Amino acid sequence: MDDKTNPQSPSSFNRRSFLAGAAGGAMFPLAARAAGPTTTTIPSTQDPTLPVPVTLRVNGHDNSLNIDARTTVLDALREHIGLTGSKKGCDHGQCGACTVLIEGRRVLSCLTLALSAQDHEITTIEGLSNGVRLHPMQQAFIDQDAFQCGYCTPGQIMSAIACVKEGHANSDEDIREYMSGNICRCAAYPNIVAAVKQAAPEILSG
Amino acid sequence: MRSFAYQRAADPAAAIQALAAASAGNNPLTEAEIQPLAGGTTLLDLMKLDVMRPRAIVDINPLSPAWATVSLENGNLRLGAMARMADVAANPEIQQNYPVVADSLKFAASAQLRNMATLGGNVLQRTRCTYFRDISYEACNKRNPGSGCAAMDGFNRTHAVLGTSDKCIATYPGDFAQALIALDASVDITGRAGTRTIPFAELHKAPGDTPQLETTLAPGELISGFTIRGRWPRSAYLKVRDRQSYEFALASAAIALDVEDGTVRDARVALGGVATLPWRARGAEAELKGQKFDDALAERVAEIAFEGASARSHNEFKIALGKRVVARALHQAVTMEI
Ligand SMILES: Cc1cc2nc3c(=O)[nH]c(=O)nc-3n(C[C@H](O)[C@H](O)[C@H](O)COP(=O)(O)OP(=O)(O)OC[C@H]3O[C@@H](n4cnc5c(N)ncnc54)[C@H](O)[C@@H]3O)c2cc1C
Ligand code: SF4
Ligand code: FES
Ligand code: FES
Repeated sequence: MDDKTNPQSPSSFNRRSFLAGAAGGAMFPLAARAAGPTTTTIPSTQDPTLPVPVTLRVNGHDNSLNIDARTTVLDALREHIGLTGSKKGCDHGQCGACTVLIEGRRVLSCLTLALSAQDHEITTIEGLSNGVRLHPMQQAFIDQDAFQCGYCTPGQIMSAIACVKEGHANSDEDIREYMSGNICRCAAYPNIVAAVKQAAPEILSG
Repeated sequence: MRSFAYQRAADPAAAIQALAAASAGNNPLTEAEIQPLAGGTTLLDLMKLDVMRPRAIVDINPLSPAWATVSLENGNLRLGAMARMADVAANPEIQQNYPVVADSLKFAASAQLRNMATLGGNVLQRTRCTYFRDISYEACNKRNPGSGCAAMDGFNRTHAVLGTSDKCIATYPGDFAQALIALDASVDITGRAGTRTIPFAELHKAPGDTPQLETTLAPGELISGFTIRGRWPRSAYLKVRDRQSYEFALASAAIALDVEDGTVRDARVALGGVATLPWRARGAEAELKGQKFDDALAERVAEIAFEGASARSHNEFKIALGKRVVARALHQAVTMEI
């Protein structure tokens, strides 16, 4: 790279000296940098061609996996742990079908690397019920007929639980806005709003 | 997705060190060899599309909470780069003192994405130009410098009308950046050479002849936070989109006003969804200052904001829409109760 590719020299920053310093080192692998004299401990890098050991805590259970670093939480759940409740709609953050809770927050598992989710508690649709009684939000989706094909439903339910706990289920308008990240191709939206309203008081009263 | 080496940085020093070998590659936007990973909602998306091709990823999530703090001290707002969009949008002090900041975040993306995405990553999100995102199109000067621009005579309905060049007309898609540029925020940047602070307005670059150069960040530099001086309780963010929620702006306006007895003493106007980079409409601001606010002024200001706008075959409507958004946002800011 020469200076022509970035002609604008940022203020109070000497780009030339930065480049001079950076140019000396091998770009890759990172591990080569770690050998240099430095007082900072550099986290070790994994070899991209080899699987990496990862422990994912899902619904209260530890799962020890050997996975490619590219594996998302969604693929780890579905392909490696065998929990296929979380669905892959778009794989690009656009539909919400893959919604899970990480440390209680709703997130998209298709855009979360499994490696980044280590040491965090992941909750999926499979973790909601104790096997005897459905979670109030699951029950509400059945009572209100809040799905047709059901493909978006696990994501809707995980998202809806978080929506209620965040305090964003106070009106129909609120629910629509804060559930907009979950697309339903069957357009069961009015019934989804009704289900969220039904379950909200029970969830909030604990 | 291509394979990459993953590492986690325990603290800022480790992150800077791990990023020290970063080079821009052939194209800093897509080929940078080492990329920091924050929320991952841009990075992983574009890696799956094979648009971004880092060979190594430095996960900077361990830097929050240290870099996620939000504080309002001596009338200045400091926002850590690792703060999540949802948390900042829900902060009551920000809602009260900087509604334009809270609303620009609240009306962006979805609840899940806002829980994941960081402020630092947000301002660096890439354009949603479909030709940029789809590598089966050869012609994209941003992704593939010198290859041409498929959008120029293609489907350019969502493309920019301000700040364009004959090389690229891609819209800068973010909302939060419009609040930052309107409020004259500064950005703290840290790298191997130390830390520096620049006006937010100097972070992004217009496409010009080099649309692949989007920012003035050097390879390996990290944004650590943003500072906004003064309070802006009379401020608003209005966003108009193809659907009411979970969509990028077709046109948006970030407005901040200081109004006394119906006269505008100070004014800030920034435009989203219509420009190639975060866009401050200084001419519009100058027109507002010292004037009594009324409908005629709002219309004049909206005209000025879009002076010099140029459309392609499918995005002409953005000029008319954008003007209405500016006028409506001004009304909203003037009439809001503070
Ligand atoms: C379906 C969808 C809809 C969306 N809608 C909207 C919308 O309406 N409005 C809107 O504004 N946005 C929208 N977004 C974009 C979203 O807000 C951004 O993807 C997000 O804010 C990026 O933040 P992140 O932390 O996930 O960044 P990442 O993906 O982790 O990083 C983005 C880039 O910034 C770099 N980076 C990250 N942090 C730093 C740092 N501290 N210093 C230096 N470099 C850094 C990364 O290396 C990468 O190149 C949408 C996204 C999706 C997927
Ligand atoms: S508008 Fe810009 S990003 Fe889109 S195809 Fe043209 S050069 Fe590429
Ligand atoms: S599969 Fe994750 S958002 Fe669509
Ligand atoms: S029930 Fe079919 S997609 Fe929602």
